[in-house]
Order: sequence, then C-alpha cells, then structure tokens
Amino acid sequence: MRRLISPLLIAAVLGTAAFFISTHPKAYTTLRGDGALEPTRARDVENGKTLFNAGGCASCHAKPDDESRTTLSGGKALVTPFGIFNPPNISPDPKDGIGQWTEAQFIRAMREGVSPDGKHYYPAFPYTSYRRLSPDDVADLFAYLKTLPAAEGKSAPHDLAFPYSIRQGVGLWKLLYLNGTVMTADATQSLEWNRGRYLVETAGHCAECHSPRNALGAIISDKRFSGGPNPEGKGRAPNLTQDKTGLAAWSEDDIVTLLNDGFTPDYDSVGGSMAEVVHNTAALSDQDRQAMAIYLKSLAPIEGEARAPK
Amino acid sequence: MIHRFVLAGSALLLATAALAASPIADRQAVMKSFGGATKPLAAMLKGEKPFSLDEVKKSLAVYAEGNAKFVTLFPAGSDKGEKTEASPKIWSDAAGFKAANEKFKTEIAAAEMTIKDEASFKATIPALLKNCGACHEAYRLKD
Repeated sequence: MRRLISPLLIAAVLGTAAFFISTHPKAYTTLRGDGALEPTRARDVENGKTLFNAGGCASCHAKPDDESRTTLSGGKALVTPFGIFNPPNISPDPKDGIGQWTEAQFIRAMREGVSPDGKHYYPAFPYTSYRRLSPDDVADLFAYLKTLPAAEGKSAPHDLAFPYSIRQGVGLWKLLYLNGTVMTADATQSLEWNRGRYLVETAGHCAECHSPRNALGAIISDKRFSGGPNPEGKGRAPNLTQDKTGLAAWSEDDIVTLLNDGFTPDYDSVGGSMAEVVHNTAALSDQDRQAMAIYLKSLAPIEGEARAPK
Repeated sequence: MIHRFVLAGSALLLATAALAASPIADRQAVMKSFGGATKPLAAMLKGEKPFSLDEVKKSLAVYAEGNAKFVTLFPAGSDKGEKTEASPKIWSDAAGFKAANEKFKTEIAAAEMTIKDEASFKATIPALLKNCGACHEAYRLKD
C-alpha cells in the first residue's frame, strides 16, 4: 500500500508545484515577455487619444451615463457564461484608479495582462489583442489617460464560476494561447492596409467578438473573424470576412459608413454593443476608418454560421 | 343554431388573435420601412443623389407613421421568439423606451416644420438619424 501511495503523493506534489510555477505571472513574463517594454520616443498624447478611441476603453471603463465618456471609474458589469466581470477604475485617481502606476506597469498590464501587484488579469480585458500594440503606443495611451479626470470609486470584485474563479489558472491559458509579440508591418502591403490591420487587430480588438472560440475560450485561429456568439448572451457578432455570410457584398465605403454612424448598407442601424463600438470608431479620423475598411476587405473568405433570416 | 353561432364566434376570435399575434413581425416591418426611408436621405446627405424635398417629406411621413404605432408593438410576452432582437430592457425600462420613442416623434415633427431646402435638410437630418443608433444601443440586442 505504501509503495502505491508514495508515487501518487509525489506525483500530486509535483503536479501542484508544476501548476503553481507554470501559471505564475513571472513564468509568462520570462517565457513570452519579449522585453519590448521600453518606449523609444517622446510621448504623443494625441496618438494616445486615437488609441483610446480605437481601443474602446470607454465602452467598459467609463462611468455609465457619463456623456463625456472620459470619467473612467468603471463601467457596467459584463455578464458572460464564465461569470460576471466588473471593469475596474482606470481613472488617474491615486487610490481607486491607476494614478500611482508607473508607465512600465501600465505597459506590462496592457501587453502581458499582469497587474502591478503581479496578478493575472482575466482576458475579458482584451490584452489578447492589446499585447500586439507597440510599447510606444501604449505609453502614449498612458499619457492620454493621465489627462482625464480622476474619479473615486472601486468596482466590485468579479463574480466567476469555478474553475474560472482560480485566477492563477489564467497563467496556463496564457502559455497556451499568447505569444506576446508586437505586431510588425507587412512590407508587401500598402501603408493604409498596415494601418488598418494594426487598428483592427491590436487596439480595435474586433476579433474578440467576431470570432468563434474553443472550449477553453480561446479564438479558433483558422476561423478568426468568421463571426462569433455574443459574449454577453443572445445574438451573434457577424462574420467580417469576404465570405457571402460575411462582408463580401459590402464596399469599403459601406464599412466606413458603419464605423462612422452605425448604418448598414440597408440603413439598418446596429444595436447593442456594436452601437457602443460606433461611439468609439466615430471619434477616429476618416483615414483611420478607411484603413480599417481596406484591411477588413482583404480578409480571406471563411464560411461562418449563417445569420438568422429576417 | 346556437352551435353554429358559437363556432363562428370562436373562428372570428381565433382569426383576430392570429392577426394580432405577430407583434414581432409587425415591429420588424416598421423597422424595415425606416431603413427604406433612410436610404434616400443618406444618399442625399452624401451627395450621391440630388436633393428632393418631396422625397424627404415622404421619408419623414414613413417615420411618423411607424413611430406612432411602434411602442404598441411590444405587448407583454412578445419578448420571446426566435427572431426577435428586442432587448429585455424594453420591458424592464418601459418608461425609458417610451421616452426614446417620444423624443423621436418630437424631432420628426420638428424636422417636418424646419426642412424647406437642402441647407435646412443637411442641418437637421444627421441629428434626427442619431435616434436610430441611440435607441438601438439601449434597446436592441446585437445581431
């Protein structure tokens, strides 16, 4: 009997130790942090504002009913199948917000999904996309956030179902699905296309809703942008690829119009969280909306689940 | 005789129920009519189509007609159905939903008064169309 127990015990101890080591935030930083944390140029607050709008920060972090969308004391709860996420205060308030954070801590949070006190963030905060932002752009965003009003108030903690409630488990997920590399330009494509790809894939985090996910909640990469279930329940985020179930029939101008005022080519007006997104994309420049449209029109067709007929 | 009377009566009742039983289809038809009415307005705004006061008036009339009945098309129980994208907030925040419809109504009436030429059209319509997105953001679920 003892002979059987000891190996089991050892295996259990080793397994637990392996879990704690591999899921520790330091493990991800060591293995996947590419060291690209240092900004290389002076801060550009205007660029930070553009990224703030492209990234849709206000959609989750702005105080509900705040018309200015710049009081970032934490927005309304995100109710998902994993549980309830309460977006935190990211205003410059020193006590409740990020007023005491260093720039390096902010860059680490955005690019590695790790808090200043060394805890994993849940990927409801889409660092899965933000990690591909350059440290310069993240530093600009930080500089812009610092110009916004400080607001008091802490959000309630997340309320998640087991096993998602074990925060450290996120570490394993990160090792499986993230590589931590900054997006680099594709020299074979135009400047506009590259700008569009950067906005769509990093700050814009469009794929986070517009892609199907596997059982562990990671985007299925060969189905990226082919549409996904609404993470907040009913409905679907439509296919954005050039398939007939997607945007094949849309012109670049149609996409620009939608990003500008929320109207589809049939003059249907988008609802729910996409209407919220349009607040953000409407604040971008015409050139940026055009660039996003150019990139989206270049996505290879992938058949998605057909939308319910209307 | 009585039998026949009762039968006819229930048939009539059933038919009435069937007619009224599809508020989901009815409200979607209103929204579709709004889309059709918006298309020429947007084309004129973008300069893809010459300005026509007649057509603007026609579109505004479609809005006014649809708006007048729209709030009545959400009876209790019509929150469920395969195809509806109506948000539960329409019922849980009925006052807010009504207010959004009233706001649109007021602005349609104002637009009918104000728009006399292309300049007043271009100054009025973009704000009026903001009602679509604002109401959908709050009361329609993403599709």
